[in-house]
Amino acid sequence: MTNTIREIEGMEVIFIIGSNTKETHPVIANRMLKAVKKGAKIIIADPRKVPLVRFSEIFLRLNPGTDVALINGIAHVILKEGLNNREFVIARTDGFDKWKESIESFTPENASKITGVPKEDIIKAALLYGGSRKAGIFYTMGITQHTHGTDNVNAIANLALLTGNIGKEHTGINPLRGQNNVQGACDAGCLPNVYPGYQRIDMPMVKKKFEEAWHASLPDKEGLKSTEMIESASEGKLKALYIMGENPMLTDPNIEHTRKALGKLDFLVVQDIFLTETAALADVVLPATCFAEKTGTFINTERKVQLVRKAVEPPGDAKEDMWIISELSARMGHDMKYSSAEEVFEELGNLWPALSGISYNRIRNHGIHWPCPTKDHPGTEYLYKAGFPRGRVSFTPVKYIPAAEPADKDYPFVLTTGRNLFQYHSGSMTRRVAQIEAHAGEPYVEINAEDARKLGVKPDEKIKVSSRRGQIEIKARITDSVSEGIVFIPMHYKEAAANVITSDALDPYAKTPEFKVCAVKIEKMV
Amino acid sequence: MVKVTIDSKTIEVAEGTTVLEAARMLNIQIPTLCHHPKLTPFGGCRMCIVEVKGVPRPLTSCTTPVSEGMEVTTSSPEIEELRKTVLELILSDHPNDCMICEKAGDCTLQELAYFYGIKENRFAGERRVYEKRDGNPFIERDMEKCILCGRCVKVCEEVQGVEAIDFTYRGFKSKICPPFEKDLKCEFCGQCVAVCPTGALTGKMWALRGRQKDIKEVDTTCAYCGTGCNITLHVRANEVIRVTSKEDKWNEGWLCVKGRFGYTFINSPDRLKKPLIRIETKDEGRRTKDEKQEGISRPSSLVPHLSSLFREATWDEALDYTAQRLKEIKGKHGPDAIAGLSSARCTTEENYLFQKFVRAGLGTNNIDHCARL
Amino acid sequence: MKANNNTTIRICMGTGGIAAGGAEVLNAFKKELNLAGIKANIEKNCSMHKVGCRGLCAKDVLVDVIINDEKTTYQFIKSDMVPRIVKEHIIEKTPVIDWVVGEDYHNFHKKQFKVVLSDCGSIDPEDITAYIGVKGYEAAKKVLISLKPEEVVEIIKSSGLRGRGGAGFPTGVKWEIAMKQDSKQKYLICNADEGDPGAFMDRSVIEGNPHAVIEGMIIGAYTIGADKGYVYIRAEYPLAVERLKKALSDARENGFLGKGILGTKFNFDIKVKLGAGAFVCGEETALIASIEGQRGMPRAKPPFPVYHGLWGKPTVINNVETLANVPCIIRNGARWFASFGTEKSKGTKVFALTGKIKNSGLIEVPMGIPLREIIYDIGGGTESGKALKAVQTGGPSGGCIPADMLDTPVDFESLAKVGSIVGSGGMVVLDEDNCMVNMAQYFLQFTQMESCGKCVPCRIGTKRLLEILDRITKGKGKKGDIELLEKLSRDIKAASLCGLGQTAPNPVLSTIKYFRHEYEAHLQGKCPAAVCKELLTYYILEEFCNGCGACLRACPAGAITGEKKKPHFIDSEICIKCGACFDACKFKAVAKE
Repeated sequence: MTNTIREIEGMEVIFIIGSNTKETHPVIANRMLKAVKKGAKIIIADPRKVPLVRFSEIFLRLNPGTDVALINGIAHVILKEGLNNREFVIARTDGFDKWKESIESFTPENASKITGVPKEDIIKAALLYGGSRKAGIFYTMGITQHTHGTDNVNAIANLALLTGNIGKEHTGINPLRGQNNVQGACDAGCLPNVYPGYQRIDMPMVKKKFEEAWHASLPDKEGLKSTEMIESASEGKLKALYIMGENPMLTDPNIEHTRKALGKLDFLVVQDIFLTETAALADVVLPATCFAEKTGTFINTERKVQLVRKAVEPPGDAKEDMWIISELSARMGHDMKYSSAEEVFEELGNLWPALSGISYNRIRNHGIHWPCPTKDHPGTEYLYKAGFPRGRVSFTPVKYIPAAEPADKDYPFVLTTGRNLFQYHSGSMTRRVAQIEAHAGEPYVEINAEDARKLGVKPDEKIKVSSRRGQIEIKARITDSVSEGIVFIPMHYKEAAANVITSDALDPYAKTPEFKVCAVKIEKMV
Repeated sequence: MVKVTIDSKTIEVAEGTTVLEAARMLNIQIPTLCHHPKLTPFGGCRMCIVEVKGVPRPLTSCTTPVSEGMEVTTSSPEIEELRKTVLELILSDHPNDCMICEKAGDCTLQELAYFYGIKENRFAGERRVYEKRDGNPFIERDMEKCILCGRCVKVCEEVQGVEAIDFTYRGFKSKICPPFEKDLKCEFCGQCVAVCPTGALTGKMWALRGRQKDIKEVDTTCAYCGTGCNITLHVRANEVIRVTSKEDKWNEGWLCVKGRFGYTFINSPDRLKKPLIRIETKDEGRRTKDEKQEGISRPSSLVPHLSSLFREATWDEALDYTAQRLKEIKGKHGPDAIAGLSSARCTTEENYLFQKFVRAGLGTNNIDHCARL
Repeated sequence: MKANNNTTIRICMGTGGIAAGGAEVLNAFKKELNLAGIKANIEKNCSMHKVGCRGLCAKDVLVDVIINDEKTTYQFIKSDMVPRIVKEHIIEKTPVIDWVVGEDYHNFHKKQFKVVLSDCGSIDPEDITAYIGVKGYEAAKKVLISLKPEEVVEIIKSSGLRGRGGAGFPTGVKWEIAMKQDSKQKYLICNADEGDPGAFMDRSVIEGNPHAVIEGMIIGAYTIGADKGYVYIRAEYPLAVERLKKALSDARENGFLGKGILGTKFNFDIKVKLGAGAFVCGEETALIASIEGQRGMPRAKPPFPVYHGLWGKPTVINNVETLANVPCIIRNGARWFASFGTEKSKGTKVFALTGKIKNSGLIEVPMGIPLREIIYDIGGGTESGKALKAVQTGGPSGGCIPADMLDTPVDFESLAKVGSIVGSGGMVVLDEDNCMVNMAQYFLQFTQMESCGKCVPCRIGTKRLLEILDRITKGKGKKGDIELLEKLSRDIKAASLCGLGQTAPNPVLSTIKYFRHEYEAHLQGKCPAAVCKELLTYYILEEFCNGCGACLRACPAGAITGEKKKPHFIDSEICIKCGACFDACKFKAVAKE
């Protein structure tokens, strides 16, 4: 997020695209409701009628995978109406003219044709977003989990640049992180191309700095992204995989493919708190601790570093992950000795100035937003106040490319997947909470009432949903929250895992799978 | 700015400030029951009444905005008499079962009864009797303990935007309930539980799990989505028995169903307690025997025949074995034949160590986590 | 003159008149006149003396026949009587003397003075031209075309008009505050949620002359600068709602409502909002909540609606009668209005006179008239001829005035001084057969049932008051109960949120004040008025009983024994005190005490 959650309260316009905020980030949605009470207007773009639609001014129900067309269409209207922020574009951006050409064909009429959104609504949304200089954009996986996810993100960035809705309080671009510490994992360098703090491995100076700090010589070659690891294993190139707290067997697309790939490994180590579907395939399973059993920090979606405190002892012989990693590292000949998590954090802070000013003591009551370079720095609520780090930012022309696997004759429905309010991700935690299971323990597919009628499907009837990759049997939930031709399956349920049928087509840059669009067919059970 | 005098102390406050807020700025205590600082004022319980010079009847300080030159008296024999009557009236319609009440020790009503020394009740009479019959697994609704302060109704509407409950009926029979007295149908965020000043709304899962005095509270950060709500774990005998959130934290005490009620996985019997080493010979796809026979392509069921797949090991054994295998593979195929997949659910420190291990210990940049999924 | 042969016939078509068969009478007149080939102007008038539950209402259907300005009023007219009236009176010009109203009908009107009700009963409420014919909408014209809002405020202030809904707040002051609020949006609401048991003042005004209320609202809205108005009216008043809606649409058609009213730049329109029957919605903040779509629960004041009202905007809420006074004041001048009434209570007040009174009905009297004149000169004294015990004024929020204080003038200050209120205008006459504890209990039952449940003193406090009253009337009262009632009543009054709770204990306090001895008697196990069932003993006076067996047959509990033609006996252990024997005995041999 370039803004903080607090700043939402002061926004005039909240543009939510591809995020079911009320269910996936409920407490952020609370803040949005607070803004609405203060007069903010919400625009929602989503193929599903998500719960926040009730509070929205405009609901753009677009066809899955047509985000670029919608956003470019909105930009087109903003330009035509002269609502663009000329001063900002001149002072802080490059490539405007070339980009402007690229969106000329995205008239509201054309955008409407592609997206299925009435052109009046596209215009209305453009006037609302473009008419405000305190507007925030919010998105999650509905934007990124596409074969053109990077394009979607670029299109959003263009829109913000066009209106200058970035770099000020109450206005910016806000991807909402889906997991407690995605931000921290990224910040800490768990990425194949950068060291901690997004410092690039291909810059010799940087590499040298880390080699000196870590007393080791470091590899040059860029590593594999998670989805590429599965591919590489499948091809027999990757021989060993050490997984800490992940469950790709449920969370990766095309489960059968994942299973085969993991099966080809010579050695699989899984470190987790439960014997997950992935751990069950491992050669060695290492019992680890959960958040209540250790000390450390989580960095949330708004870049706020917050303390995690140990409250209880772990069960049995389960050990803190830090201990396990250190022990293993020592056995591999690389000593990593730390007396506490705090010491590790300090080392990270020494290597990355954005965290240098933060200490456990400073965040004992309230977290601090990075960048926070010095001990007396208050932290940074919104980014780019003093300009972009690279001076000027370029507009990126983005073409509309349809989803990799559109619905067709054989597979006439579009499947989109996601989370629901009650369960979390692969469910290894929430599905072990008896109360949540009692209330929301059953997998289901959301199907439009008209489609259900045509297929003769009754509420709660078990039906077969299949794609070119596999099939599942699942109860039908008839609803108007999905349009005709679209079905939705929450990803959490292993007994009818959506990822048995999802497509493993990837975004070419981010290598993010297209969970939001694949073609399926629906049949009644015999 | 408006100048106001409360109990002979003068303060200047912003226009629109209530008398109660101004008094609290002056550190003057006024008892309240229905008031909640994050919700719109209600003025129902009447405990916060004060005398305002020139106004013939007492006014509720929570609803009354200050005005220039206002002179307020927060306590007088008359006011305390009225507060006592009000409190006695509430208690006359409240089950006298603090000894088994989940809220005891943390109950505003109980505390006020204590401070006002109410033991006998002049107004004893009929008490509302309700059957507890809500089938939801999260929220216990004991409406006999409800004092109709309206906090739950307001939090549900104003903060959560759900409007699952409201006042119904009239007179003594007034009641807060879902439409048509059906089971609660909502998001189960438990915001109502958090703001309830009595034992009317509690978590079903923390019933009979421990009294306040035995509980250790630990402030930490929620481990579910990326919002990072500040939570407080209530620990008794090495077990998390309840989760709450404090109002002065950035999330204002609000949580979602997962954050508030989704904590019992910590003590799940399924937790891994020993390192495990595989005993079953592997084949492609690592299917369990049953699955191979049936030839089905479902993902393996949870904890498949644990004992037939793994044996328990000591840490030394497991770690030595792992290191040995990784060394072998590294030696045979090079470091890039190994990869590490880290977790967005672990701490920043663990992630830092993990990538450091993969890069410096294993010698490869094959490190990623689940950000894309 | 209205018809070519100068004949006008007025038939009561108020709620009371319709119930008595007014519509059939109207049709009968139409049919007879048609047969006789006579053209006459038939008005469906709704006159005040045709509503009300007893007394004059019982004389319905009332019919006026006016020939060449000579008016004859008939009472108890049924449709089969119409041919004779048409034949003898209209054709042969000889009134049917047997059916003409008597002296009490005239006495009833003598001491009244009608401002608000002046046109009720003489014009057709469903015909806007009838209202225009009696100078209707002239006041609005005058205001909109020639007066500034400040000038209207000045007129209303100097007229001394005070709110007729109960509290008596000066209307001109309220308008002035609203006028001075700097807000683009303001509202004017007419409160027609008349909820006091037995009160029907507002209903009669709207049924009888809806345009007067609309005109008052136009003037008020212009003065405060509101462009939207609401009439909040009970759904239980179907006739009033229907006539109001018709009047609104007629006013719109005639350019009195809508955009650019009367060629000025002033825009104003009125919506009708139906209340669902919650008494508390008559309280202005609850009424606002109800219009906003919330549960009708009052909000704390301050802030007052005039600063922060409907949807948070400055809002004036006036009662029906208050608004109906406004056009009269504008037409006749502030000084004219101020010439009636007392120093602080100007003008007239409409009351619903009910209870143990001979001529029960709707009356309008100048403020300050002694209560005695209302009861005896207008009301004709008690219905039973028994001694009057007290007069209860102001409904469930009011108090009672004992017989020895009948000279109290009826105005805001004087009634407050004796512990009662003018209120919205309910006036219930009680005679010696009324038990004062029972009466207090009745009103408490009402207020407890109608409490919105928001604040503790009202929700639980009135319940406890009621419980104590219940046990007193059942002979289970305890020593100290009277004092407890007083203490709790005072605390409820002081600590309650809205007018409902603040006034709910009034019937208790005022009955204790004047009739403490009755409470004490109950504690001793006696109900002096022989009303409270549990305290009664039925017994047979042997000297009067001839053993006819009527009581024995009537008794549902088998409590009476006795041989034929010998005095009977009631076993008080078995007796359920239903009173069947008392009613059955023709020889007054059954007594109770």
